[in-house]
Amino acid sequence: MVPLSYYLLLSGFLFGCGVAGFLIKRNIITIFMSIELMLNGVNLSFVAFAAHWHALAGQVFVFFVMVVAAAEAAVGLAIIIAVYRTRETLNVDQVNLLKL
Amino acid sequence: MSFHLILFLAFGAVCVGGSVNLLAQRHPINSALSLIAVMAALAGEYLLLGAEFVAAVQVIVYAGAIMVLFVFVIMLLNAGEEEETKGSRVALLLGVPGVLTASVLMAWVVLRHSGTEAVAIGALPGHPTDIAQLLFHDFLLPFEVTSVLILIAIMGAVVLASKPESAARKVD
Repeated sequence: MVPLSYYLLLSGFLFGCGVAGFLIKRNIITIFMSIELMLNGVNLSFVAFAAHWHALAGQVFVFFVMVVAAAEAAVGLAIIIAVYRTRETLNVDQVNLLKL
Repeated sequence: MSFHLILFLAFGAVCVGGSVNLLAQRHPINSALSLIAVMAALAGEYLLLGAEFVAAVQVIVYAGAIMVLFVFVIMLLNAGEEEETKGSRVALLLGVPGVLTASVLMAWVVLRHSGTEAVAIGALPGHPTDIAQLLFHDFLLPFEVTSVLILIAIMGAVVLASKPESAARKVD
């Protein structure tokens, strides 16, 4: 038996690592992976609460989060490819204008 | 210490190690591989919570499809090691203390306010039949809306990643 708070702590740690990666990393692909890490942390707390409250809807919401993550990854990586094509860099410090 | 808690700690250690490694590595392909390890370990945590179907989907969709997309783009763009810049040092100085403070606050609130009731293994019917009943009956409208979202995302990805028309004409 594992207390609910342990799952929430792990989920919070994953989310915190995601936020830290988002702030620290300079490579645009790694920043994207940090966002995925944040979404995974949220998913863990969804499943933990679903088990705790005996509500299966929490697990269904994980699927919706996964769908949004997949859509976000597809569009975001396409944007990264477009940015790389015009600027030839993946460093976010050099991508500081919306203008192409 | 129960077997369940030992498994939780083992998977949790992989999660923590993988996410710290994601931050520590400089090359994006190493970060991607450690993120795959985190996702696989999270699938184990879902199994411990009795969510078998979510665990399977986590491995197939997240660790499989989405991360393959990431690795594919990293290889396509030939991404190298990221270089230290002034901005990254400022982010390191401000980001790490900020995130540490937020994490400690969150841990304090969770440990203080959540009950000590444990989550029992297999306590919840996470069978695909029950999930399908919810997904295709109670949440039918959100399900259909996400299918539209996926369609828009596919079209957006195709439009964004295809070569601009002027460049395509030059090739011809």
